[in-house]
Amino acid sequence: MKKEQSIFQILSQKPWESSQAIVDNDHDGKTFGKSKAKLGVKTIMAVSTVIFSLFIVAYSDRMQVHDWISMPEPWLLWVNTAVLIMNSYFFHNTKIAADRKDNIKIRNGLYTVGILAYAFLLGQLIVWYQLMKLGYFATSNVANAFFYLLTTIHGLHLLGGLYFWGRATSKFLKGNYKTSNMQHTIELCAIYWHFLLIVWLVLFGLMLFT
Amino acid sequence: MPDELDNKIEAKADTITDAGSVTSGSTAGIDYVPAHERPDQELYHSHSWWTTYVFSQDAKYIGIQYAFTAIGTGLIGLVLSWMMRLQLAFPGLGILEPSTYYQFITMHGMIMVIYLLTALFLGGFGNLLIPLMCGARDMAFPYLNMVSYWVFLLAVIILLASFFVPGGPTGAGWTLYPPQSITSGTPGSSMGIVLMLISLCVFVAGFTMGGLNYIITMLQSRARGMTLMRLPLTCWGIFTATVLALLAFPALLVGCIMLTLDSLLGTSFFMPTMISMGEKLSYDGGNPLLFQHLFWFFGHPEVYIIALPAFGIISDLISVHARKNIFGYRMMVWAIVGIGALSFFVWAHHMYVSGMSPWFGYFFATTTLIIAVPTAIKVYNWVLTLWRANIHLTLPMLFALAFIVTFVNGGLTGIFLGNVTVDVPLSDTYFVVAHFHMVMGIAPLLVVFGAIYHWFPLITGRMLHEGMGKIHFWITFLGSYAIYFPMHYQGFVGVPRRYFEIYDSPYITTSTLHLNVFITIAALIVGAAQLIFLFNLIYSARAGEKAEKNPWKANSLEWQTPEMPPGHGNFGKELPVVYRWAYDFNVPGADKDYIPQTVPPSQVSGAKVEKT
Repeated sequence: MKKEQSIFQILSQKPWESSQAIVDNDHDGKTFGKSKAKLGVKTIMAVSTVIFSLFIVAYSDRMQVHDWISMPEPWLLWVNTAVLIMNSYFFHNTKIAADRKDNIKIRNGLYTVGILAYAFLLGQLIVWYQLMKLGYFATSNVANAFFYLLTTIHGLHLLGGLYFWGRATSKFLKGNYKTSNMQHTIELCAIYWHFLLIVWLVLFGLMLFT
Repeated sequence: MPDELDNKIEAKADTITDAGSVTSGSTAGIDYVPAHERPDQELYHSHSWWTTYVFSQDAKYIGIQYAFTAIGTGLIGLVLSWMMRLQLAFPGLGILEPSTYYQFITMHGMIMVIYLLTALFLGGFGNLLIPLMCGARDMAFPYLNMVSYWVFLLAVIILLASFFVPGGPTGAGWTLYPPQSITSGTPGSSMGIVLMLISLCVFVAGFTMGGLNYIITMLQSRARGMTLMRLPLTCWGIFTATVLALLAFPALLVGCIMLTLDSLLGTSFFMPTMISMGEKLSYDGGNPLLFQHLFWFFGHPEVYIIALPAFGIISDLISVHARKNIFGYRMMVWAIVGIGALSFFVWAHHMYVSGMSPWFGYFFATTTLIIAVPTAIKVYNWVLTLWRANIHLTLPMLFALAFIVTFVNGGLTGIFLGNVTVDVPLSDTYFVVAHFHMVMGIAPLLVVFGAIYHWFPLITGRMLHEGMGKIHFWITFLGSYAIYFPMHYQGFVGVPRRYFEIYDSPYITTSTLHLNVFITIAALIVGAAQLIFLFNLIYSARAGEKAEKNPWKANSLEWQTPEMPPGHGNFGKELPVVYRWAYDFNVPGADKDYIPQTVPPSQVSGAKVEKT
């Protein structure tokens, strides 16, 4: 039977009819041909998208009040953005290496990815430190508060990703894994990293242009 | 006549085989379908008492843990409401201070809506029923599921801890509107509110873990032959509610995070320029309306997060205990999905008096009335299911019938309040209290009780005591009307809500004062009747009458497990294979009045469903 049906096709089935029953008896009980973990990551990404969208809505609403003073963007933020782009790029490469089962490249890739992600987080903290030294505190203007808030939430998402990266890496180093599982884990981590890059680009763009 | 029917059906079967394109891998005559075409789920096996009963990864145990925690918290909410009612009826006794009254109102609201009903319907019934009804061994991510419960428990503990901090719990009302919620003068404006906000954030985090499990289990771990449209409506209700929750709770999270920062760091996300106690505060330019929008963008879907599982459960209870297939199954599913989608476009009807543009209000009044259409369809379908059905007045059925009446009642007053012009004068009166307690308090609770009476044998293997159940039902049902009907009247007379004392005002008639005493006595009795229920739970779990297997003769998979209560892994050696939907009751030609989902067509060759 056809695997992917549109939601309207599914909703218009008449499960009580004998003709439909014959089709249905053949159904294997899965709605999508994807793994549970992949659907899980996609659901998490959907929820995070809603969270960030609502923050952006709040940002755009609050921006219109007279007391809004735009913040400068330190040059280090550009560096951090570049680090995150490289991070995504290397994750993509690691994923390709995993598909080819090239263990040395996978190991190097996982290391690089982790180092870059921590470098990004460190860079963000340095940006915070610089801004605070210049007197841009969260309380002094709401634009600053939004900056700290959005970077924190984004950073926490990255830390969550790093938790799963850490689990995958330690499993890989111990050699205690099935190749197909490892490929899948790396693929999912890569998807999540790309997602966080897009979120960061949107947030950075938002703060850059306002 | 039967021959004619058989001929017709044979002819039909032929057309299907001839058409050929309907299925690729099977023929019309196929009956047995192998169970294992894909590897069975890897199941976690616990090895110690702790991992079996406490840190359990089995969804059934997690569901029970959720239910106990939620009901325990709900009892605290019940006691709070008793205290408030005593204060309202006998203000002379000075039972509560004004500030305590507000704290109790706030905690009562938040506990009942989120920590009792949301947790019970999704965490409790969701965990218990989803894997069993879908024919899965366990949830998709059992470990995450366990963490979800413990995070929920942490949220409850943080919430209850706020009773013991200096200043007490927050008294800002369950909507927690800034600026007053974090401005001095409001009870619990320093520590209480922060604990409340943190607790909500923790709850959302825990719920997201659980919700991920519910939807992915329902999408990907169903038994063979279980299409989405063969799922019982309970699953559809919980599924849609979970999707709503995953999309709506982020709004609460965002609002809570920003309000916490306003409170702790002194940022001005929501806090406007204001003068408090003659002093200008450091806040500047924030927008309190933004919080209201965020809160209600969560808050209205929240109503349906509670209502949709209730709708689903009630559909199954009615169908099983009336021995008839649910009228308009597809329409019921469409209504659930439609209500879910529409629920994101009605939130500002909670904000008619917030000073927003009246045109904006008219938009939301329109969407509010539109959402009444699928809701009414559901009510009609329940009534039509009952029409000429073989109604068994069992306890679950009694609660189901009471639910329909109560839900219609609360729904009708909702149509009043959904209109801007009617809402504006009524919105600050007891009419609103009566409305939402009917539709969101009593109605879902009746479902909870009906569901517990229905599924108790599945959990414990014993029946709940019928006599105690009947007493519990009649006191709860009639008593809640004695509580909330007079409140509608009080609302029309203009008694304001949120007042801790209706003093001897010339604008308040003496009848309302008497009514207040009456309502309070009714509330005390109804509350006490719940003790009968709790006693029944404990007594029947230990010494109740042993239930036979599938005591209600239901079709859905949770009753078809090899042992009852179902053991670890739910379905024994082989996962079930599903051959029909869950509503084959009284099928013409069948020898019994029900055909479980696992019965293949060959065993009931005479039974045929009419083509529609």
